[in-house]
Amino acid sequence: MIPVGFSYRRASTVDEAVGLLGEYGDEGKLLAGGHSLLPLMKLRLAAPEVLVDIAPLADLRYVRTDGDTVAIGALSRYHDLHHDEVLRQHAPLLAHVAGAIGDPQVRHRGTIGGSLAHADAAADLPAALLASDGVLVAQGPGGRREIPAGEFFLDPFTTALQPDELLVEIRVPGQDGVGWAFEKFTRRSIDWAIVGVAVLGQSVGLINMAGTPIRATRVEEALAGGANPAEAAELAAEGTSPPDEPHASAAYRQHLARVLTGRALERAAGRVPAGL
Amino acid sequence: MSVMGTRVVRIEDHKLITSGGSYVDDLREPELTGAVHAMFVRSPIAHARIGSIDVSAAREAPGVVGVFTADDLDIAFAPGPTGEPWLARDRVRYVGEPVALVLTEHPYQLADVAELVDIDYDPLDAVIDLDDALSGRTLLFDGTDSNVAGGKAKPFDEKLFDDCEVVVTRTITNQRVAPAPLEVRGAACAWGEDGRLTMWLSTQNAQIARDILAGGLGVDPGTVRVIAPDVGGGFGAKIGADPEAVVLGWASRRVGRPVRWFETRSENLTAMTHGRGQRHTVTIGGRRDGTVLAYRLEVVQDAGAYPRAGAGMLPGFTRLMAPGVYRIPRVEVATRSVLTNTTPIAAYRGAGRPEATAAIERAMDLFAAEIGMDPAEVRRINFIRPEEFPYTTPSGASYDTGEYAKALDAVLSAGGYAELRAEQARRREAGDVVVLGLGIAAYVEITAGDGMGESGRVDVNPDGTVTAYTGSSPHGQGLHTSLAMLLSDQFGVPMDKITIRHGDTDEVPKAVGTFASRSLQLGGSVLKQAGDQVIERAKEIAANLLEASPDDVELNVDQGAWQVRGAPSGGTVTWAQVAAAAGEDGLSADVWYGDVQPTFPFGAHLAVVEVDTLTGKAVLRRIIAVDDAGPVVNPVTFQGQRHGGLAQGVAQALLEEMSYDADGNPTTATLADYPFITATELPDFELVDMATPTTRNPLGVKGIGEAATIGSTPAVQNAVVDALAHLGVRHIEMPATPQRVWQAINDAREGR
Amino acid sequence: MKVTIEVNGRSTVEEVEDRTLLVHYLRDTLGLTATNVGCDTTSCGACTVLLDGESVKSCTVLAAQADGHRVTTVEGLTGEGGELHPVQRAFSNQHGLQCGFCTPGMIMASVSILAENPKPTRQEVREALEGNLCRCTGYHNIVSAVMEASGQEVDG
Ligand SMILES: Cc1cc2nc3c(=O)[nH]c(=O)nc-3n(C[C@H](O)[C@H](O)[C@H](O)COP(=O)(O)OP(=O)(O)OC[C@H]3O[C@@H](n4cnc5c(N)ncnc54)[C@H](O)[C@@H]3O)c2cc1C
Ligand code: FES
Ligand code: FES
Repeated sequence: MIPVGFSYRRASTVDEAVGLLGEYGDEGKLLAGGHSLLPLMKLRLAAPEVLVDIAPLADLRYVRTDGDTVAIGALSRYHDLHHDEVLRQHAPLLAHVAGAIGDPQVRHRGTIGGSLAHADAAADLPAALLASDGVLVAQGPGGRREIPAGEFFLDPFTTALQPDELLVEIRVPGQDGVGWAFEKFTRRSIDWAIVGVAVLGQSVGLINMAGTPIRATRVEEALAGGANPAEAAELAAEGTSPPDEPHASAAYRQHLARVLTGRALERAAGRVPAGL
Repeated sequence: MSVMGTRVVRIEDHKLITSGGSYVDDLREPELTGAVHAMFVRSPIAHARIGSIDVSAAREAPGVVGVFTADDLDIAFAPGPTGEPWLARDRVRYVGEPVALVLTEHPYQLADVAELVDIDYDPLDAVIDLDDALSGRTLLFDGTDSNVAGGKAKPFDEKLFDDCEVVVTRTITNQRVAPAPLEVRGAACAWGEDGRLTMWLSTQNAQIARDILAGGLGVDPGTVRVIAPDVGGGFGAKIGADPEAVVLGWASRRVGRPVRWFETRSENLTAMTHGRGQRHTVTIGGRRDGTVLAYRLEVVQDAGAYPRAGAGMLPGFTRLMAPGVYRIPRVEVATRSVLTNTTPIAAYRGAGRPEATAAIERAMDLFAAEIGMDPAEVRRINFIRPEEFPYTTPSGASYDTGEYAKALDAVLSAGGYAELRAEQARRREAGDVVVLGLGIAAYVEITAGDGMGESGRVDVNPDGTVTAYTGSSPHGQGLHTSLAMLLSDQFGVPMDKITIRHGDTDEVPKAVGTFASRSLQLGGSVLKQAGDQVIERAKEIAANLLEASPDDVELNVDQGAWQVRGAPSGGTVTWAQVAAAAGEDGLSADVWYGDVQPTFPFGAHLAVVEVDTLTGKAVLRRIIAVDDAGPVVNPVTFQGQRHGGLAQGVAQALLEEMSYDADGNPTTATLADYPFITATELPDFELVDMATPTTRNPLGVKGIGEAATIGSTPAVQNAVVDALAHLGVRHIEMPATPQRVWQAINDAREGR
Repeated sequence: MKVTIEVNGRSTVEEVEDRTLLVHYLRDTLGLTATNVGCDTTSCGACTVLLDGESVKSCTVLAAQADGHRVTTVEGLTGEGGELHPVQRAFSNQHGLQCGFCTPGMIMASVSILAENPKPTRQEVREALEGNLCRCTGYHNIVSAVMEASGQEVDG
């Protein structure tokens, strides 16, 4: 219940945050919404010595369009994203997914940057970002760089971010007029996905089907080759390695991936483009 | 006008919704000033010998007041070969078993220090599987030759099913679940200068807890005072006191300071007793016309690591209630309890009766499926009829009153059974992916089946207010409101002039408390008797004051005043006047109600589920319930009890299971992993009212605390199976997880 | 570290350990014990309070993170003259509480739900309460309470 002791620092600018990360090295951890990090610390599964709170960086909470691109500040909270008119219009998949995470209290705290940086294969936004062909903007001592979502998630809970880098922005191509769907299979609505599928046009992201969020490449290829949704969905489990657990075996998850992908593709195809 | 049976908003609520309850961790009593904080260091291993325990680093840590192990305890160890130690000594037998106690100045230091207690475990084979446990290959206790803690495998009568045209048999698991009251266990205690221990304990039974504490600490019960403050739910798992409480009382004496303890949820899920945990082998036989002739139930009770209530009481109730609502000519039951390296099992809402009901109600459906008859029809054919009461079952229960067919018909008609069956057929015909299932359960249960009594005292104060002391120990049931209603009705005193007190052993030294849905029927009945005695006494005093013969005075309950019968103009005397004239001893009656006769609430539930045949997910769409516990004092709380029971019953059918891996590691030890039912998995409840009084207590009431839990579990389970019956599915174990349902569909398709 | 937090309209300034959770700041430092702790995994919602008007689980917010912000607990809902907030009143009227342990968190979650969706359906209320566990009531009457507080027909 009680985390191991640590010292708390607060950053008031991005540069200050980067500086503090450099200063503390491995001992320091960024704290955004705190809804992945603090639960881990309370169970003593993580014990950083220093927390660098970046939640006060209000200038990293925004959604705006930049030509055909939608730019989202990394510290934007799920609740705000779910209700953001710009996002609902131009990237409805992400706006919808943000509203499907956890519960209202979690959505009042959790941030898109925190979710992506945490890189849990069971999380919802990473797969949605993959399907959205998103780009992550990181800032470090050397300035900013862009990382395509497809190159960001390296291993379970491991990303392409450097220890002294901060995620500052997420960019996705505008989704106006593109069909989308999100299927999250859970036992209870509060639960994390047993399996989830995010579809945008003919792109398919899978939740909890490997150690990282992945794209259902075989499905996408089949669709590109002219297969119908039902045929393509049959390939959803190809190349996946989902967790094998008593309440949800790997085989069951692979079955679910096929069923849910089929449903998501059908729904995306039929969805009136734009809007929730 | 009588308040009885009217909707009365609870008098308990105001505090709870404004400043919150006074749960044990909220107490700021002066006696607890300067308290140290306690945490138990618990075994992370299911079965091991304890090699060595090194507490030296822990004792050096900042803020430490004490670190204690079994070796430090100078109080007697529980007797018997399978006795449960206060702290594990030599050997641990389940994950979560307390091994050491840490005391610190500040609560935040507890986990830091607990991590420093260095315990060397030498692992032994963990006994988790019931057959493995029964085999005795690995024994939990030295000096025993078996893990069986109660009952025995007895040979069944071979001829039981001889005249049956159809016999169906099946082994069914009634899985282990966590009671999970939202408030975990907690205690706070202090020894006074008078040498007495006061313990505030989150308990359902202060007086039983006092006796356990006194026994454990080796002191006279008179030197221990237990106070149950507000308790955040119990559901059977807070009956009496757990070993931890004794250790805390000891530690407080040892360090000479007050001690506070509030466990974590992860501790709670592994170290508070679990419920259910039975394996049933049911065999049911009868004729193709639907008549059931014989029923056999073999129960293996998982008792967990130490024999608590799980060992004897639970299977005892399962045995007693085995035949359910049916007049089955031949019934045989055999029960065995076996020890495993898991958390001990004890009472959980229903305690042995839900298990009996689940077994027979599943068996009825299996039988119905086998003879191709509608499950409602099979039940109707076999119900005990109203005119047969009192009815003694082959298992020895004496049912008081019941209207079983009426209850079933009421839910079927309220639910629109025929239309639902038509819709089910329509979907099947159309080949819909999402199919419909209808599940029925008819049940009878036993409440106040403990045979123990209850106490109650009623004082009329000189200002005319009434104070009543009940031995019951409510923790959410709204009993204060119900009891105040009873007294208001009896005395004609407004409810806001009535105070109910409970849960302090100095105020109520002799009592039993709350479990087995006993509180209104016993706690209420005894207060009624005490009230009657007070009224008798008052009548004489009033007669004196009115200068009339006692035979001529009466209590005018509309006005709450005494008057001469038939001469209201002749003046009245108030309760205050009567109390003031009562003299030294005041106007009071203190009664022990020992003539306890159990009652048998009953009901019927209809559950409607939708099952997605591609993913296996089952969703409860409707649940329609009759829960008949006789006349209703307050419909508000009566319905509340039914709602809560329904939710917990549904939870067992669809979601909840306390699981272990093969090594005895719990895999559902946090609320992130244990699928506690939430608002989104439940529909609005549809309650149908029926009230059949009992003849066995002065109020005519039966217990309602557990009833709805008992009916809903098998109703929902039967519904899930029913949804898939057309695919050849005959049974699905609980909880009906999506994976299980999907597997069952696959198995049926492949003819397995 | 020193934190300054406005709690129920009153400014509080206290020295706390950096790791102090907001729920313990409320309960132990300030003595506002209505807000309860029911789990250690951010699952139960018993600790729900409003932070700058939005529901949060105070067991998963550091007191340090609330520094400079506004917190409301159930103790702060009742008016000066003791008049109940509509949500409090509705919980009692509808019997939306039994043991009361989940209640302060449920009430605060409900206040936040209604601030964001003043006229919810029963199903929307259920979904919005997904992060608040209750072992006693089966939720039916809690949903009714939120409906009553929204000024709608309870049966929706
Ligand atoms: C009860 C509950 C239910 C949940 N259910 C779901 C669910 O269904 N689906 C789901 O996807 N998630 C779920 N979550 C997790 C939730 O989405 C987390 O909020 C999210 O994963 C982390 O976001 P955060 O802002 O809270 O990050 P934090 O916890 O603050 O940080 C997480 C990690 O990311 C790092 N980090 C944070 N921000 C940045 C940044 N800008 N740049 C670089 N590194 C950064 C931190 O150092 C830390 O390592 C749930 C959480 C809870 C408590
Ligand atoms: S205490 Fe359970 S969510 Fe905060
Ligand atoms: S009222 Fe007891 S947990 Fe909700």
